[in-house]
Amino acid sequence: MTFFSNPLNLVTLFPLVGVLVILFFKQEQKKEIRWTALIVSLITFGISIWVLTLFDSGDPDLQLVINLPWIEIASWTISYQMGVDGLSILLVLLTAFLTPISLLSTWTAVEERVKDFMIFFLLLEVGMMGVFLAQDLFLFYVFWEFTLVPMYFLIGIWGGPQRMYAAVKFFLYTMAGSVLMLLAILWLGIYQGSFSVPDLTILGGIPAQVQLWLFLAFGAAFAIKVPMWPLHSWLPDAHVEAPTAGSVILAGVLLKMGTYGFLRFNIPLFPQAAVKLAPWMALLSVIGILYGAAVSYYQRDVKKLVAYSSVSHLGFVMLGLFALNQQGIQGGILQMINHGISTGALFLLVGIIYERRHTREMDDFGGLWKVMPVYGALTLVVTLSSMGLPGLNGFAGEFPILLGAFGSEAIGSSWYAGFATLGVILAAVYLLYMFQKLFLGPLDKDENKAVKDLTVRELITIVPLVILIFWIGLYPKPFFTLMAPAVEKLLTVIQAASLALY
Amino acid sequence: MTLIDFTSILPLIFLVGWASVLLLLDIFLTRKVEGLTAILAGVGLVTTLAIAGTNFGISTSAFNGMIKADGFSSYLQILFTGSGLVGIALAYGYLKRMGIDRGEYYPLLLYSICGMILLAQAADLIVVFLALELLSIPLYVLAGFARPDPASEEAALKYFLLGAFAGGFVVYGVALSFGATGTTSLTGIVAGVASGSADIGLLLVGSGLILIGLGFKVALVPFHMWTPDVYHGAPTPVTAFMAVGAKAAGFAALLRIFLAALPVLAGDLVPVFWILSALTMFAGNLIAIVQENIKRMLAYSSIAHAGYIMMAMVVFGQELITSDAVASSLFYLLTYAVTNFGAWSVVIALEGAEGQGLKLEDYKGLGKKYPLFAAAMLVFMLSFIGVPPTLGFMGKFYLFRTVLEGGFVWLAVIGVLTSLLSAYYYLRVVVNMYMHEGDPEIYRDRLIQLVSVVGAAAVVLLSIFSTPLFRWVSRAVLKMF
Repeated sequence: MTFFSNPLNLVTLFPLVGVLVILFFKQEQKKEIRWTALIVSLITFGISIWVLTLFDSGDPDLQLVINLPWIEIASWTISYQMGVDGLSILLVLLTAFLTPISLLSTWTAVEERVKDFMIFFLLLEVGMMGVFLAQDLFLFYVFWEFTLVPMYFLIGIWGGPQRMYAAVKFFLYTMAGSVLMLLAILWLGIYQGSFSVPDLTILGGIPAQVQLWLFLAFGAAFAIKVPMWPLHSWLPDAHVEAPTAGSVILAGVLLKMGTYGFLRFNIPLFPQAAVKLAPWMALLSVIGILYGAAVSYYQRDVKKLVAYSSVSHLGFVMLGLFALNQQGIQGGILQMINHGISTGALFLLVGIIYERRHTREMDDFGGLWKVMPVYGALTLVVTLSSMGLPGLNGFAGEFPILLGAFGSEAIGSSWYAGFATLGVILAAVYLLYMFQKLFLGPLDKDENKAVKDLTVRELITIVPLVILIFWIGLYPKPFFTLMAPAVEKLLTVIQAASLALY
Repeated sequence: MTLIDFTSILPLIFLVGWASVLLLLDIFLTRKVEGLTAILAGVGLVTTLAIAGTNFGISTSAFNGMIKADGFSSYLQILFTGSGLVGIALAYGYLKRMGIDRGEYYPLLLYSICGMILLAQAADLIVVFLALELLSIPLYVLAGFARPDPASEEAALKYFLLGAFAGGFVVYGVALSFGATGTTSLTGIVAGVASGSADIGLLLVGSGLILIGLGFKVALVPFHMWTPDVYHGAPTPVTAFMAVGAKAAGFAALLRIFLAALPVLAGDLVPVFWILSALTMFAGNLIAIVQENIKRMLAYSSIAHAGYIMMAMVVFGQELITSDAVASSLFYLLTYAVTNFGAWSVVIALEGAEGQGLKLEDYKGLGKKYPLFAAAMLVFMLSFIGVPPTLGFMGKFYLFRTVLEGGFVWLAVIGVLTSLLSAYYYLRVVVNMYMHEGDPEIYRDRLIQLVSVVGAAAVVLLSIFSTPLFRWVSRAVLKMF
């Protein structure tokens, strides 16, 4: 398959076409620029659906692989290797799905420097797709670092009052982790002689002690991105200051790059270290779940509340992944998607009310249900999904995670799952509290009485997400089917490692 | 003198001759045809480039072993002449604008390049010293080129005094090495060490002094004190040229002397290199954070980058990776040169009379008003930090690979953490350009625009298609040892 006809290359690089077209518009041609970006991102979504149709869900291996020699450095040949399997297919779809929705949400919210905004946004999509599809560590690192730059600008130029602080903090935090990962990647290149992830997985044979160090170096990059407690402190700043579309993508996709990194690299490349460290990872996850929930409860700013709730929700994902069994990992992967959908929707909803009232303080609202019933109903569904109500998507992910964590040999104790369950209850507390403050009670503020309900454009951004919330909640089987063989394959690697250890 | 002697230093002979003729021509011609000296200097450099290019691939020794012509020297000669061309492009409009358009700028620049070319070929400590002086003396004059501006005069004087001081160290080091081995030829020293007739202790002291002298030239901490003042005071195109050319030349000498000729001293010198490298990376990046003037900031950044290149020297003595060490240093010098010239070109575009437009806050609003310049500067800053896809990243990648192969994990960790530190101050420029409102003024100058745009494009594209560059570098070190 040649370079440009490979569907994975197309889905990754197609947004660049949009960038090129937009470069030729003038700054004032806002309408044309917006439409170009939207159409390009919709076509990209179309390509991702095409990728799905080509995807064979029964095959545990990488599919649609493209593997070309790329850069020669002295004795090394670095390859341009892309591929998709059950671990990444859903994330690719999620990225392609959330991008047009985010772009549509900026229609009236972003008026300044629209051209630059759309260029950065499309570049960001390229970076994110590349991260999920790259199967060569060097290529992965290039995409991984590349996502930093557009996101840095999205926060720094179009963000809130503290945007520059938040943007620089975001950049430095993320880079701190990734430079350590770079050294670990170099180590693998020197001593294992390859950057190709599938080759490295088969090769194995890294001494257990070294695996531990490499796990920590890779883990530093990913744990900051997830973010795991106690490395989360960049997240509230970045989220609160970012523009709505930036927050949606940040929560929806960028954080998943961290959890995906653990799944794709840490567990299969350093399985012994993963098994050994599983209880510690579970501990940090549970602390994150409880801490995130507790801090969320004390927020008065809705956006901050949603931001901290991400720390809690991503804790569940990490707990599931490091249960290192089928239910846990499958639940973890599905929960990545769920969080992308639910929290993405929550940020969109917060953005909508902020655009109308220019405040996000809970105390400024109350009784909104009476003036915005549609908005209220949709928010209720999303809120319930985020707290894991059965029948909605959150439950479909959290339940297998907890099940997996209870029975996990690697974690070794059901206490972790027990405390994590407490987090589900806490989520209900802070989310319902938020809903109550916003929508229930008397409509006693004059400013709120004239607030308009959702426009058609806003409905178009929210409704697809709500449909997915119901779909995954009621019938998650197709999603599990997509990932099952790949997870099965990952489990054999883990089992081999546990056997070698004990 | 045989024909081989002659051809091996042909680039040097040609350029010295051309510069001397140019010096004379300048007196008679400049008043008649505007810019003729600059054009002729450019022609001279292009010709030198062509000669050096055709010499690529030969490997000979000439003048009884005092001169070497190999891939290493050809590579550096191409780098130096290329730097000279950019140096002319940056200076042409600037000199006029600042009212210091004197013809001797170009011959002086050429003489300095002659020194660098010779240094790249030096295989004898005496030639090293000679070349060092030949490259430095014109630079002293150039640093003071904006006279009677006191800052420029101060820069010249400071550079001269400390340069002379450093030269003294080198001479004394050469003398002691001669005392230890009875020869100043690098091959002679290697032979003397191998046969056991050399006094290793004395040789160590001698080479230590040479290291100090060259440490001044490439601005290693703690021999860096002159750098910010000189870089700040000198006319900006001179600074840009100095930051690339003089540094690369200094490293050429370090690589040739230590990695190729003195691996026997590795046991004693590796810890010294380790500390110098770590200290330089750390101090350079740390002090750069508090700078408010972009010239000073870039001066400290150039110190820090000397520390990165120094990392590759730490692996010296390990035979299997010495060629990787040299190759990664050479490659880093190239990436640094492109990025550095690009960044300085933007600085020159914004610089106004009497040092206006050099504050970091003068970059506010550049992204909105001059998107192309700002985008170019963004690319250069990212390349300095080492964010892919830029040349700076490829350079760091190869360097860190060498360091890890040598087994110096902690030095590599210090390296990456200090580059994290550097991200903070490079991003300050970006923050100012894109996230603050302002009304910066740039001076229209086609040549400078060309340098920034081509530089930015090169930084990105050459990083994605870098295989030819890497091949070129490996060929350059092929027959060095």
